[in-house]
This record gives sequence, structure tokens and C-alpha cells, in this order.
Amino acid sequence: MSKQATLEEKLFTLGFRPDEESHLHIKDPELCTQCQGHPCTTLCPVEAYKLEGDDITVSFEGCLECGSCRIGCPHDNIEWRYPRGGFGVTYKQG
Amino acid sequence: MEKFDAVVVGAGPAGISASYLLAQAGLKVILIERGDFPGAKNVMGGVLYRHPTEQIFPGFWKTAPLERHVIEQRVWLLAEDSVVTLGHRNRAFAEPPYNCFTVLRAKFDKWLAQQAREAGVLVVPETVVEDVIREDGRIVGVRTGRDKGEVYADVVVAADGVNSLLAQKAGLHPEWKPDQVAVTVKEVLALPKAVIQDRFNVAEGEGVTIEMFGASTAGMVGTAFLYTNSESLSIGVGVLLSDLIERGKNCNDLLEQLKAHPVIAPLVEGAELREYLAHLIPEGGYYAIPRLYTDGMVVVGDAAMLVNGLHREGSNLAMLSGKYAAEAILRAKEWNDFSAASLSRYEQLLRESHVMRDLYKYRRATRFFERHHDFLGLYPALANDAAEAMMTVDSTSKRQKQWQIFGLARQRKPLWRMAKDFWGAWRAMW
Repeated sequence: MSKQATLEEKLFTLGFRPDEESHLHIKDPELCTQCQGHPCTTLCPVEAYKLEGDDITVSFEGCLECGSCRIGCPHDNIEWRYPRGGFGVTYKQG
Repeated sequence: MEKFDAVVVGAGPAGISASYLLAQAGLKVILIERGDFPGAKNVMGGVLYRHPTEQIFPGFWKTAPLERHVIEQRVWLLAEDSVVTLGHRNRAFAEPPYNCFTVLRAKFDKWLAQQAREAGVLVVPETVVEDVIREDGRIVGVRTGRDKGEVYADVVVAADGVNSLLAQKAGLHPEWKPDQVAVTVKEVLALPKAVIQDRFNVAEGEGVTIEMFGASTAGMVGTAFLYTNSESLSIGVGVLLSDLIERGKNCNDLLEQLKAHPVIAPLVEGAELREYLAHLIPEGGYYAIPRLYTDGMVVVGDAAMLVNGLHREGSNLAMLSGKYAAEAILRAKEWNDFSAASLSRYEQLLRESHVMRDLYKYRRATRFFERHHDFLGLYPALANDAAEAMMTVDSTSKRQKQWQIFGLARQRKPLWRMAKDFWGAWRAMW
């Protein structure tokens, strides 16, 4: 690769059909303010979790549905569902 | 209300295999998949083994969409700017019916599901299964996200992958722990056929796999890989989630670093990004395998943690688990008994097979490497330092170089502790 692809360019390779409602929810936002290190903001392969001020924001639209955040959250504070049938990411290569 | 003999949840290798065999035996089977089509959500590095696949789909390799048959497998120990390589190339692997293939799962799984369809399986995509339905304590079907979406069956096969919310809902296991899964990202990079064949020294249809340890995961427990497809490369990095969290690292960054590594960069030079993917690999091993059956339900494939990480085997174990589940279900059907006791036959078949024997053999491996990070940091680095010292010709004598290497190693870690590490690794894997 001659140059590094940005995450945006990577997500652009994928087919997404985002649902209207997020399939990722922070159960108790208060808990996040006490979290050390906010692992969700570093472990996610598409950086869906961002720390803004004291709050964690979630952009579920680019989610690849891997499940890392649900298992990785040290406070079990992420409610993770599958997007509804037919929604979410579609791989063409796999 | 329509009732099925079996409802299979998840159209991956395990679910498709189970549903295919059940339908072939005359059972009425529905296969529910949440993606747009079977394969739409499915990811692996990309090696598919011929022998186990043929247990279910004889002769599949003549017609299935495969990328390349693998004739050479390389293992690389990476340091920052260098590599120590090992590998095996064999003419036997270039002869039909071949040993293994690289595949792209969105294409392969779609084909596999088509075989199931032709065997009589009702394949229903774009449908999420949300929960199991229980009656009198036993599982009698599943509830989907569709209107009036209850589906009843004698038995439910949970083949819903590593994020098996269904097995959790059925109470078969709690959530996986961060040290039981590896976060893996991958890119599919397009390159012309001729360029791939040139760079990897193979002929048309032939492929190479490279597994990388060491600097590719910055010393964390995990691996990187580079596989040749027909007109693309699959390159990826997987790291144990607990290690990623502890080190505050991101797999996508590691993948970018890998592509820029002086050994890798020439191999991917000029390639065009075709797709970016992420997936969890179950790495908990034998001791993390959940309960595999209950009244009216069995769990197969990734959902059952059936992955041999050290040998990068998963899809083969998934398919075989689907096969054994189907065999147990067929006997249960004969007896008209879908209780846990009857379905326990599934686990018995798995245990008698190499699936469980292999997982048992490596039962201590993941935990061992988690506690001995030097195997992914210090030791690959030392191997590279030693190779560099021995291969650099200067005015130092070879014996002197040997002592220098020895001294260098000893500075990093006492020799008795290294000996203990390797003895431990031997024990964990033998």
C-alpha cells in the first residue's frame, strides 16, 4: 500500500443499511464517567465509541457487529443487540 | 401453525452443515440467517480444509467458489524491521484433491447455503432470532424479530456464531470473558493474478498462507496473517481482547503498522483496498466450551467455542460439529426423544472425534501464552537478533558471536527462566 487508508476510507468499502434506532446502548451513562481508561474508545475496530467531555457517544452506523465492546466493557455497561434482520453491515468478500 | 423438525439459527459452516445433513435425511428444516444472504455477516482469515468439508459436501472443491489451493504454509517470527522464517511447501499439496484452500466467506457461504437449499432446507435470510421459546422447561422453538415470528421445532440448533446470544438466552453459558476472544480485523486487498503469483512464487490456482508472530501484535497474545486469494490478498491481525484493553491498543492501527513493515510492504505494494472487516475469534479453548445441549437444543461451531487457535482451525471444527449434531438429532428423531439425555449423543460424538481431542490437547495453551508474553515479544526479537548476528559477516569469530548472542539473551532474561518457559510451552502443547 502506497499510503495508509483512513478508517473512513475503509468503511466506505462496505455496504451498510443503518437502522433508525441504534442496536448499541450505554445502559447507565453515569457509570462511564467513573470508568478508568474507557477501553471501548480504544478497542473498537471502527472507533464507534468516542469520549466527548464526560460522556461516551456511540456511532452505531459504522458498526461491524463484532461484539468486542460488549465483552470488553469492564462494567458490563453496553447493551448489544444484533441489528434487525437485513440491517447493518453486509460483506461482499468476507 | 407450521412446525419444523429442526430450526437452525445462523448460516455459517456449522449451521449450513447441520441443516444440509438433516434435510438430506428427510427432515423438515428451516435455516434462519440475520444477514441479507448467507455469508453477508461471515468472516474468517480464510483457510478452508478439504477433508473435513468433504465429510459433508463430497467433491465440493470441484464446483465451490474457492480462491486458491494452498501449496505452501509459512510461519514468520517478526521483529521491528526483520523476520525469521519457517515454512513448508509440498508438491503433494498441489495435487487434487488438495489439502486446503483460501476462501472468501461471503462467496463461499452463499454457495454452501445453496447446496442446503437444493437439499430441501428452507433458508430464511434477513431475520434475527431474538430468543428461544420454552414450554414446560424445554426449548420448543425460537422467536424471531418478524411479526408473528415464532418458529416451532422439535429441536433448535444454535449456530449463531461467536456472539451466541441464543446460547446465552438458553442459559448454557454466561458472557465470554475478554481473555476468551480475539478481536480480529482484516483487509481484502485487490492485486492482479500475475502479480500475486510473482510475489508469492506460485502458479495459477496455487496459494500461500503466512502466519506471523511477534512484532505484528506488538508482543500481545495473537497472530497476524497474510493469505493469497485468486485476485486479492487477505491480511489481518487478531489480538486477545484482554491484552488489547490492558495495552490500550487498536487492531486497525496494528494492521496499518503491519502493512508498512519492511517485510510486508513489498508484498502489498500497489494493492487496492477492497474490503475492511472485523470479527471476534473464540479463543477460550477446551475449558471455555459451554454446555453443548439442553432439552430441545444443541450448540455448534463458534457458538460452542470450537476453535483450535494454535492451528488456526475453526471452520472445519464448526462443520464437523454440525455433522455430529445432525447425527444426534436424527437418532433423537428416531426415538422421538429430544431431551437433553437423548441429545447428549452430540457431545459424545464430538468427544470421540478429533475435534474435542485436539481442543483437549491444547487446553492449557491460551492461558499459558497469556501468562508468558515473552513468546510473542522477547523470543521472536531474540531469534531475529541471533540470526542477524550469525549472518552478518565481519571480523568476529563465529564462536565469539555465539557467546555474544548468549550474553545478549541472558541480559534480557535469566537462562533458567527461559528454560522454564520453553519447558512450560512444551507441556502446554504436547
